[in-house]
Amino acid sequence: MATQSDLQALEGVKEEYEYGFHDDVKPVFKTERGLNHAVIDQISDQKNEPQWMREFRHQALDIFFAKPMPGWGADLSGINFDEIYYYLKPSSGSGKSWDEVPENIKRTFDRLGIPEAERKFLAGVGAQYDSEVIYHSLREEWERQGVVFLDMDSGLREHEEIVREYFATVIPAADNKFAALNSAVWSGGSFVYVPKGIHVDIPLQAYFRINAENMGQFERTLIIVEEGASVHYVEGCTAPIYSSNSLHSAVVEIIIKKGARCRYTTIQNWSTDVYNLVTKRAVAYEGATMEWIDGNLGSKVTMKYPAVYMMGPKAHGEILSIAFAGRGQHQDAGGKVVHGAPYTSSKIVSKSISKDGGRASYRGLLKVGKGAHHSKSNVVCDALLLDEASRSDTYPYIEIEEEQVSVGHEASVSKIGEEQLFYLMSRGIGKDEAAAMIVGGFIEPLVKELPMEYAVEMNRLIQLQMEGTIG
Amino acid sequence: MSVLEIRNLHASVEDREILKGVNLTLRSGEIHALMGPNGSGKSTLAYLIAGHPHYVVTEGDILVDGESVLEMEPDERTKVGIFLAFQYPVAVPGVSVANFLRTAVSNVRGYTAQKAVAEGRGGVIGSNLMPMREFRKELNDKMKEFNVDPSFARRYLNDGFSGGEKKRTEVLQMAMLGPKFAIMDESDSGLDIDALRVVSDGINKLATSDRGFLLITHYQRLLNYVKPNYVSIFYEGRVVMTGGPEVAHMLEEKGYGWVEREFGSEAVVA
Repeated sequence: MATQSDLQALEGVKEEYEYGFHDDVKPVFKTERGLNHAVIDQISDQKNEPQWMREFRHQALDIFFAKPMPGWGADLSGINFDEIYYYLKPSSGSGKSWDEVPENIKRTFDRLGIPEAERKFLAGVGAQYDSEVIYHSLREEWERQGVVFLDMDSGLREHEEIVREYFATVIPAADNKFAALNSAVWSGGSFVYVPKGIHVDIPLQAYFRINAENMGQFERTLIIVEEGASVHYVEGCTAPIYSSNSLHSAVVEIIIKKGARCRYTTIQNWSTDVYNLVTKRAVAYEGATMEWIDGNLGSKVTMKYPAVYMMGPKAHGEILSIAFAGRGQHQDAGGKVVHGAPYTSSKIVSKSISKDGGRASYRGLLKVGKGAHHSKSNVVCDALLLDEASRSDTYPYIEIEEEQVSVGHEASVSKIGEEQLFYLMSRGIGKDEAAAMIVGGFIEPLVKELPMEYAVEMNRLIQLQMEGTIG
Repeated sequence: MSVLEIRNLHASVEDREILKGVNLTLRSGEIHALMGPNGSGKSTLAYLIAGHPHYVVTEGDILVDGESVLEMEPDERTKVGIFLAFQYPVAVPGVSVANFLRTAVSNVRGYTAQKAVAEGRGGVIGSNLMPMREFRKELNDKMKEFNVDPSFARRYLNDGFSGGEKKRTEVLQMAMLGPKFAIMDESDSGLDIDALRVVSDGINKLATSDRGFLLITHYQRLLNYVKPNYVSIFYEGRVVMTGGPEVAHMLEEKGYGWVEREFGSEAVVA
């Protein structure tokens, strides 16, 4: 828990925060627009990758070409795969110390508040700028403990054996069309390895940005938490605003071994022209715990359903998600929990807010497989609609193949109550601020799970989004 | 010295007239009890003074120091010194009592307005609130003074509160906002004797010479703890009788049946 003075310090840190700016960075290398096997070779050549990765990319590309677009979920017809640059390398090398980071890139991070935030809160920072991670630092004691927190490219170079053992084992290239795309052209992302019994008690944080028009961002993250270890990984996204569509398609794979814990927190605030199509999945073994905390505020379209596969007895999975859909946005988000072993338990809490004609959909899968007896799961979906033009849908899929299980599902849709508004206003609070307060309260159960600076930012973003909403 | 005046106030809900010409004057330093049977329109009057959008004023006026508040939004009325303690305080889940009160106090005391003027466009969200340290100290002091447990600061506003906890929190809010006029709508209803004592102690502490109280109540009970200067009887949408504390005693003796026989519309017909 951060103290009150931390909170005040953060208010200072965040004063510079704005989104929608971008720096003029000249990439040192970029591929041609569009996608073919030659582009894959260029990427692999640039990265000087092992042969098995090059072959993996080529196979994935064939899968991508072969798979049709998903016939469900959000409208993706605005994506033109031929218009996208699939790889961009802004500057050479991965900076270890802050001094080595280029000046204009630093300025961008300054405006995001990274240096100050790091001093106080961050243990390690991985900041992805375009496709390449350019800055990384990790506190020395963790390095001594054997904790690895690298960009994925460096991870592959320095820990090839571990990467090769786990890469694409949780999400194979053939999982879905966008996982195949990511597998073919991935660049950047994080590689995290936490050795047995090690508790990383300060969150690992990475900031991602898209910074070139028509630049797809395909980061790939792999997290391995060995027996009895624990880690909290945080990613937050802000992106400059461009007139044409961008595509963000990430893959995140997490392996949590016996008795280990992992929490993965995301605040997604892409600009409202970005297609955000992400596959995130964790496998939790005996007695392990996985928690996804997922906040989606930005993007034009988001399709994202973080998943937990509970493959050992007494594994536990939690997914807490918030979606805010404003004008022209469709947030199709939710979660998947798969009980593959007995005595496993899971919880999904989803909260969505729709305004100005925005659409928020909850799409969830709860599956209890054969043999997963005495499993428990509870799903709660609450939607808040701020006006008549907005929309909320719920698509819960439940598959139970075992008896002796306990499953609960609740869903509610509400509006901002006149009585709540009047009560707050009768205490001197203006209508917009009162409405923002009610919305803030609605998502508080999730916001309170965020690291402090994200909670502050989240509340600010909500308030910003709410200005001028209530007529 | 301030004056809250209600002049010949008529109001309706969905074309049904509920207030039928209310006249009442409340000055700083006065405690005025408004007693009446259920359904007489007492709570409607309270809501109307605070600016509830549900009711339509068809005639008459509500004035604070000679200035009409009818066109003001509820938050603006609070800023000119009106406070309504709700009969049924509304729960706002996820919003802590401390955050809520800091926002409320900052608005009422003009922190937010000052900052907006100084910075042109309002500056960073949240930077225009009363400084945290000052606020904390004041809240802690007030909680102690008004017998509210410090744990309430972190609890969500009225969410899962018992009846007594809600009413105490209303008194705490009043103490923090320091209104010129406090309208207490059935603040005694549903309270056990201990809670009643805490609430009435709070009212007595806050009943200073610069503040007027309108105590809306069904029962004489609260008046055993808080001594009014005036007691009015409210019946069928208007004030039918005003006097000193003796009116409350008379009412207790004779009951609302007497009011109905004396002032009821059927009595007029008969």
